[in-house]
Amino acid sequence: MASKFAPRAFRSSTRALRSSTRQPRQSFHLSAVQKSSSLNVHRDTPENNLSIPFKFSQQNEKLIQEVLSRYPSQYKKAAVMPLLDLGQRQHGFTSISVMNEVARLLEMPPMRVYEVATFYTMYNRNPVGRFHVQCCTTTPCQLKGSDGIMKAIEEQLGIHHGETTPDKMFTFTEVECLGACANAPMVQINDDFYEDLTPETTKSLLKSLAEAAEKTGASGMAPGLSGDYGKDQVSGQSSGRQEKAGGPGYAAQGTSLPAPGPLSKRISCEPAHKLTSLTSEPPTGEQIMRKDGAF
Amino acid sequence: MLSVPAKAALRSSATTTSALPKHALRSLTTSAATQAPPQDGQQQKRSMATVQDAPPVHRQRGLKDQDRIFQNLYGHHGTDLKSAQKYGDWHKTKEILDKGHDWLISEVKASGLRGRGGAGFPSGMKWSFMNFKDWEKDTKPRYLVINADEGEPGTCKDREIMRKDPHKLIEGCLIAGRAMNCTAAYIYIRGEFYHEATVLQRAIQEAYKAGLIGKNACNSGYDFDIYVHRGMGAYVCGEETSLIESLEGKPGKPRLKPPFPAAVGLFGCPSTVTNVETVAVAPTIIRRGASWFNSFGRERNAGTKLYCISGHVNSPCTVEEEMSIPLRELIDKHAGGVVGGWDNLKAIIPGGSSTPILPKSICDDQLMDFDALKDSQSGLGTAAVIVMDKSTDVVRAISRLSKFYHHESCGQCTPCREGSKWTEQIMRRFENGTARAREIDMMQELTKQVEGHTICALGEAFAWPIQGLIRHFRPELEARIAAHAQRAGGEALAGGWQHDAGKHGMLISPGQ
Repeated sequence: MASKFAPRAFRSSTRALRSSTRQPRQSFHLSAVQKSSSLNVHRDTPENNLSIPFKFSQQNEKLIQEVLSRYPSQYKKAAVMPLLDLGQRQHGFTSISVMNEVARLLEMPPMRVYEVATFYTMYNRNPVGRFHVQCCTTTPCQLKGSDGIMKAIEEQLGIHHGETTPDKMFTFTEVECLGACANAPMVQINDDFYEDLTPETTKSLLKSLAEAAEKTGASGMAPGLSGDYGKDQVSGQSSGRQEKAGGPGYAAQGTSLPAPGPLSKRISCEPAHKLTSLTSEPPTGEQIMRKDGAF
Repeated sequence: MLSVPAKAALRSSATTTSALPKHALRSLTTSAATQAPPQDGQQQKRSMATVQDAPPVHRQRGLKDQDRIFQNLYGHHGTDLKSAQKYGDWHKTKEILDKGHDWLISEVKASGLRGRGGAGFPSGMKWSFMNFKDWEKDTKPRYLVINADEGEPGTCKDREIMRKDPHKLIEGCLIAGRAMNCTAAYIYIRGEFYHEATVLQRAIQEAYKAGLIGKNACNSGYDFDIYVHRGMGAYVCGEETSLIESLEGKPGKPRLKPPFPAAVGLFGCPSTVTNVETVAVAPTIIRRGASWFNSFGRERNAGTKLYCISGHVNSPCTVEEEMSIPLRELIDKHAGGVVGGWDNLKAIIPGGSSTPILPKSICDDQLMDFDALKDSQSGLGTAAVIVMDKSTDVVRAISRLSKFYHHESCGQCTPCREGSKWTEQIMRRFENGTARAREIDMMQELTKQVEGHTICALGEAFAWPIQGLIRHFRPELEARIAAHAQRAGGEALAGGWQHDAGKHGMLISPGQ
């Protein structure tokens, strides 16, 4: 009996010994919360949960009717992308309530809407700041010094990419090619492209945005959350400078924002030193018409 | 039959057999058997084993301003209808529409226009697929889908068309739609191009108001609608079937082909997806005549093309030039030359990120067209020239592209979803040298196994740049690995572990 008993006692005693030499417990490791859109599941948060109601505004209701008329009536769900975009513009980000409302309007299963909202990168499923600064770092921009632009933004805003400033004014994201490679490096801030950047112009651009927000009393978070959504509400006039191809600049209430487009002397994609083509008057339709008598 | 110089080369190779290793002999004899030995100074080129094509004939050089299609490329004129009409848009569109679909398609075929979206498929042929047998009896609507989801890194041409020459695109939609007997066109524009979509939408409304599109477009008795649909930031939606999926309100995951979109496409109806540039040049081709367009560039690579020149050049720009322009001339003439002169050039990606990179030695006398670049084992793609000078870390440049493709892979097919991740990880290790030299071959093998095993071309798109890097910059990769080995005191273990990781109690894979 004892012979049977002893080995076990022996074994267990060494086990106790061994376990005492081992580290008591693996330390509990918590990874940093990811603020980017990479998380593909919904987690209830105070600003994004099912109990927050969402309804399209009257103005948007009209737009929705217009959008729906573009697609065949039996394919209503084709409008899911434009509608989610409208919802995002109104609410500030694509919250779960926005998705559910779109699903209800288009009579499609909510899961189909979630699929779309998680697939496309431009739907922000987490709140973003008023200015969503998206810096392109893909190869053509990288060659032209997007590293410096990234660093300049980080220094100016004091945050890393994927984060939002504490005052909820800026969200900084690193994005893939935005298709303005001849004007690299560039950032997209909300809908506007700012091209031909240098670290200095980047910093001054961000500074003037922050100043403008301060002077006009705009609060943080994207427009929807503070109640005044839509660019149409910005009261201002053209800054009077030459209009760039990206759109006019704004000058209002003592602030002035640079016009979107290249922040260099260029207007758009032309060569900077001098024009190498398209210097003469364009030919008219009559002049270019074929002479073989087809028309 | 061998030519006389080829025989001479064979004889000379036979005499040197003993001095050469086996594989060198094989390459010598095969190259001598298939083609004449290289003339001095000229680079040896390999072509298809079966078809011995004569080199395409080059016709015209020096594109004049009058012959440029996109007259408003630099925004010197307005984007409104009046300005567009001033330089020839919407001129006699009714007469063009009245010619009928057969005439229009034959004209596009005769012009030699090849799709500008990257693959270079002959446009006339593609358009003719829509008018299959008994198409008149089909009561379904038919769609033209314009692919304006310009996402390829380096490419910025469609954006310029949409924000400066929107009426060219709209008129092109109408004429291409007429040629394919479509009922409506959807323009799928990438979501980031918000201002471009605004300009385009404004131009469409203008055209509706002027009666140029819509019911009885241009009084021709033909009804045609144009709608804009904004994407939401997915590179893969530039692939035609995934673009259709996305338009239908689903995640943009490519469909298997067949059925091809011309049979079952958007909303289950016959549809054709074409690039913005292809459609936008169509009205000018019809107006000026197919022979005019065909007079530019080499045979089978006709016409003019928008080139986007970015990277290390003195003045990056987008410019319209004729096809088959020498790469060096293109850069020197329009982009102000490479930074620090042509000799400072290291490599060029000739056609957007998915085409293999070319070293300077090839770039010296490279023609910019579909066939010439294919012969150099690269491709014209979207003609987005990304120039890298000697200061470039070329491994990092390609590694960044791998990251891009990893980000953009839709995740539907395993080779691409997993492969793009692995290649990104391995490329990142190549970048800082924490790899083993034999992993270069593993990488080559990996990319070869992805190629052709995916539904859409994204598999090829991330495999080719890496293959190009290994083909032309292998010594650089090896040097980097060796440099790291020297720094760290030993070659890294597989997976990027330091050579002495095992000693530090790290769990590394067995057998090392």
